[in-house]
Amino acid sequence: MSIVTPNAVNTPDIRMSVPTEAQLADRARIYAMPLDELDPGDPQAFENESMYWKFERLRAEDPVHYTPADKSKYGAYWSVTKWDDIIKIDTDSVRFSNIAGGVALNVPGSNPSVDRLAGPNPTPEQLQAVRERGTPSLLNMDPPQHGLHRGAVSEAVSPANLAVLEELVRERIGKILDDLPIGEEFDWVDRVSIELTAMTLATLFNYPQERRRELTFWSDVMTTDPGPGQVVETREEKDAAQRDFLAMIGRLYEERGAAEPAMDFMSLMAHSPQSKDFTPAEIYGDGVILLVGGNDTTRNTLTGSVFALDRNPEQFEKLKNNPKLIPSMVAETIRWQTPLSHMMRKANEDVEIGGKLIKKGDKVAMWYVSGNRDDSKLENPDDYIIDRKNPRQHLSFGFGVHRCLGNRVAELQLRLTWEEILKRFPEIKVIGNPVRALNHFAKGYESMTVVIPSRY
Amino acid sequence: MAKITFNLEDGSAQTIDAEDGEFLMQEAVNNAVPGIDGDCGGVASCATCHVYVEPEWLAATGARTEMEEAMLDGTFGVESNSRLCCQIQVSEKIDGLVVQVAGT
Repeated sequence: MSIVTPNAVNTPDIRMSVPTEAQLADRARIYAMPLDELDPGDPQAFENESMYWKFERLRAEDPVHYTPADKSKYGAYWSVTKWDDIIKIDTDSVRFSNIAGGVALNVPGSNPSVDRLAGPNPTPEQLQAVRERGTPSLLNMDPPQHGLHRGAVSEAVSPANLAVLEELVRERIGKILDDLPIGEEFDWVDRVSIELTAMTLATLFNYPQERRRELTFWSDVMTTDPGPGQVVETREEKDAAQRDFLAMIGRLYEERGAAEPAMDFMSLMAHSPQSKDFTPAEIYGDGVILLVGGNDTTRNTLTGSVFALDRNPEQFEKLKNNPKLIPSMVAETIRWQTPLSHMMRKANEDVEIGGKLIKKGDKVAMWYVSGNRDDSKLENPDDYIIDRKNPRQHLSFGFGVHRCLGNRVAELQLRLTWEEILKRFPEIKVIGNPVRALNHFAKGYESMTVVIPSRY
Repeated sequence: MAKITFNLEDGSAQTIDAEDGEFLMQEAVNNAVPGIDGDCGGVASCATCHVYVEPEWLAATGARTEMEEAMLDGTFGVESNSRLCCQIQVSEKIDGLVVQVAGT
């Protein structure tokens, strides 16, 4: 049963301290809904950002919220919306498992590569079992297995290796910015955000730079439910693309294993003493996580930084007057954007959280996007304040053993981009509103038209 | 009060006065020690306060906690003397402690 309410009004502009009339109308509509129909995972609400009203209401009225199976296409799941409860669950890998929790809130059976793990002609029980588990990867393993997988690749994004990458990334972003047109409209997402993150990903995978957009495509495929107008429109298309990625990862693993050890992900994995015990499905799964983790997260935060600074000109002035604020602005943008809206867990036992009994086997969504707007923890959380106190304290990277592996790569790219922007452009103007992604997991932008009026 | 010296990534050193009873990460953050971020607020869940404890101080700083152990499992550059300093409590026992900032 679909419970998606048609949107009475679209509220695509940024949410400011004083909401627009359209935003207030959306808010009224959401507050009028019966609580059990308030499905926080509905992707449509992410396209127009009305999910913020849902979370605002839940934090106040029902902070640990249950969506029954008949009210959501994702089946039954819990939504945890407050800062402290999210941290409690995220840091408890004993009572909350990543295995079978999945990574994102998914429509069961929507991922063909997972179904294939059940082998040819699976029984319904076999299919059910692999769908519960999802693609095995470092993100849906628990300790101690998780540590082996994470440890195998983590050196690629170690401080020492990032120091080596810094000049390369700076040079690339400089070139990207130098090639931008002046006084002419263009899409920031495509020309800057995707371009830079694809180059960095290609480096981290040691993939040919001229084919870097293949990585972007695959990553988009992984986080997309097939549908009209999406990057893959049918299950078959998604399956074909996932097979290509599987073949590519297998090939890279073989090639890097035969070559001298290097600092890219697949070489590190192939040469790690533990990886001889990794299954091909796990190597593929790790590849997917490293790909997606390094792609639309940074891409969307980079776009978000331009958007947020355009809509908050006083913050942009502050930044221009004091470029030392760049790292703090980067942290604040990562909080404000929350590029991955949630992560899933599954309860290993009955657990009481916020006065609610989460039963053994229940699925739990930790909504980072809500915790990052929790006013019992943060002052004026809806405001974008680049010199906020303790800007690094946000939920966007998660906490505990699964905390974001590539957070420093993300911060590095954002910091260098802004250091180079401030040298070149007095202003970047956002034209109209960006087109947001129809995606309840990777929270971001399809496109954003901008004009750069002049160069220094 | 305990004097704690952080050897920094750039080769320099910073000595701070740390309050007894407080945790070392918080004291480092309060004194803006570079490379100690303490993003998770002190619950051994982010590894942004990773330090190497000088061998002669290992006994005084105590053993790793279980959560700390799990967190270090997936962190780079972990050595036998690695600690998350949010789990090291300040007391007169560690007055004079020297640690190397691992960098996060």
